[in-house]
Amino acid sequence: MSIKNMAEYAANGEVPEVLFWVGCAGSFDQRAQRITRAFTQILDKVGVKFAILGKEEMCTGDPARRAGNEFLFQMMAYNNINTINAYGVKKVVTICPHCFNVFKNEYPKLGGDYEVIHHTTFLQQLINEGKIVLKDGGAFKGKKITYHDSCYLGRGNGIYEAPREVLQAFDTELVEMKRCRSNGMCCGAGGAQMFKEEETGTNRVNFERAEQALETGATIIAANCPFCTTMLTDGVKNKEKEDSVKVLDIAEMVAMSI
Amino acid sequence: MTFDAKASTFELKLACQMQIAQQILFMICAVAAIFFFTKKVKEMRRNILLGRDEDISDNKEQRWKNMILLALGQKKMFKKPIPALLHLVVYAGFIIINIEILEILLDGVTGAHRLFAPMLGSLYAFLVGFFEVLAVLVLVGCVVFYIRRNILKVKRLDMPELNGWPRNDANLILITEVVLMSLFIIMNVADLSLQQLGAEHYTKTDSFWISGSLTGMFSGMSVGTLVAIERTCWWLHIIGVLLFLNYLPYSKHLHIVLAFPNAYYAKLNPQGEAKNMKEIQNEVLYMMEPDKAPAEAAAPTSFGAKDIKDLSWKNLLDAYSCTECGRCTDACPANMTGKKLSPRKIMMDTRDRMEEVGKNINLNGEFKDDGKSLLHGYITTEELRACTTCQACVEACPVSIDPLDIIMQLRRNLIMEESSAPGEWNMMFGNIENNMAPWKFSPDDRDAWVNG
Repeated sequence: MSIKNMAEYAANGEVPEVLFWVGCAGSFDQRAQRITRAFTQILDKVGVKFAILGKEEMCTGDPARRAGNEFLFQMMAYNNINTINAYGVKKVVTICPHCFNVFKNEYPKLGGDYEVIHHTTFLQQLINEGKIVLKDGGAFKGKKITYHDSCYLGRGNGIYEAPREVLQAFDTELVEMKRCRSNGMCCGAGGAQMFKEEETGTNRVNFERAEQALETGATIIAANCPFCTTMLTDGVKNKEKEDSVKVLDIAEMVAMSI
Repeated sequence: MTFDAKASTFELKLACQMQIAQQILFMICAVAAIFFFTKKVKEMRRNILLGRDEDISDNKEQRWKNMILLALGQKKMFKKPIPALLHLVVYAGFIIINIEILEILLDGVTGAHRLFAPMLGSLYAFLVGFFEVLAVLVLVGCVVFYIRRNILKVKRLDMPELNGWPRNDANLILITEVVLMSLFIIMNVADLSLQQLGAEHYTKTDSFWISGSLTGMFSGMSVGTLVAIERTCWWLHIIGVLLFLNYLPYSKHLHIVLAFPNAYYAKLNPQGEAKNMKEIQNEVLYMMEPDKAPAEAAAPTSFGAKDIKDLSWKNLLDAYSCTECGRCTDACPANMTGKKLSPRKIMMDTRDRMEEVGKNINLNGEFKDDGKSLLHGYITTEELRACTTCQACVEACPVSIDPLDIIMQLRRNLIMEESSAPGEWNMMFGNIENNMAPWKFSPDDRDAWVNG
């Protein structure tokens, strides 16, 4: 599979259907790279004409903004919006709900107005359109799955159903945690917590959340965010359940089933 | 004129004078209560307007809808059905019974007794009976709330930030409501007993549902005793109501009023959106494209919020609207895992500091620097740094308070004014600036995953 970037498309005088915004986690973090690859495999297989920004992509500035560093956020926003606008991008898909939120809600005020879609919604649409067909009910047939709502997809943007609809396409049992949907609990990474040690407390947020997920008895914890995936994986390891319980992004689950 | 006739004329005169004295006394109490309440309301309005200006005039239709759904309909309360039902009963009862207050006020001023009874006929007894049923429901609701707080010790209602005044405030409200409702019913029992004895001045009505079945408790009492009981209850009840009105502004109970404007001015944008800082957006723009900078562009003077005046008026309205129910703190992942952060405490601190600044202004005519501020003086760095910006607190609040907005503004002040950040955050900032990613990877490797 060859993945083209925007510059290559532009050089051929072409515009891709959609810009795949990979995000920093998806680009650099080894665990998250697997999500990135899974998603591009799906795009490739379905035949979506997509491009990445490649080396031209920069952090959206989300962790800086949430930490309180508005200057840095505005700098990053300025650069990214200029780059993307120069390519005439109309539609952006991303595997990171933090990037998604910034693109959908925060860049428009700064001159970056695009149709923005999170990869779980994108996958749901492809399934509904019949472009993705899961083989024999998928690779997780008969397994018990629980789904973790990320804060910035769920509460932040009110997207609760699209990811669940993708999971329902699998021949599996979807069990909800006590805290789900608008009442879902954070994995502990948001608000730039990913990049610092937690404040002193009695437990770690990701340990607490992973315990809630394990309580459901599910063997797959489905996530929609590279940060949640990392945090929950650590939480599962803390309970020494990593052999029996897997934390997977919904894109990985789909990629394994087509 | 016989001696008896003389005596009865004297009694009549005395009763008449007593009546007029009561009317005067009542009017003094009512006027004083309204005067002090109005004064405090003006003061609260001034305090709220100490906040920065924020334009919230868009989308009126949606805002009215929110007010009806969230404030009147208490939509978010129903995420917890049992307390929601109890709360609805107490709330509806408390509001509807206030219709009765109208009659009590008019009786107090005119010296009439049950002014509406002759006008409404049999409907009158039905209405009062209905109010009595509500009063009993309110009473039961308050008792259950008291038990939840003090005996069952529901976790969110029994946290350290409630120690002292907040806890007493909550209990005082519940006790006051129980007392007021009891007075209302006892008053009616005495009234019905007096009606049965044919006492003068006590307008005949049909029996009331609750008090009608309780007249047995006063059987055999003289008219004089019953009048004393009825008058005492009437006075205590209305003075209690007037005092409670003046207690509202100092209490968490203020939410009964402010829930409405607060729901109206609630954030309509997606919860995930952080407020843009236009002044910094412009700074960056002028830096990158100097030709766009206006000739006399004044550089912004301060960033984020350190004290009350830096927050927006909506943040301050939020603080006055908070009833300290703790649904936010209950949902907060940081608090749940033992971190110092409690969104409820953020709101309580903001209100306390605002009141402190208000008192300072009352005393000095204008704000005189007291060397204190909301940041550090009330809310610590450790609390702010524990926030994951997950918006669970925003989602949980039944009266549309946004603690996250305050947290974000204080964080901005910490970073941009004080350069106060944990070392790891400074590294993250440096990495974003130099490597375009929060980690120390070469930007050249951003698409290396393609070949992986």
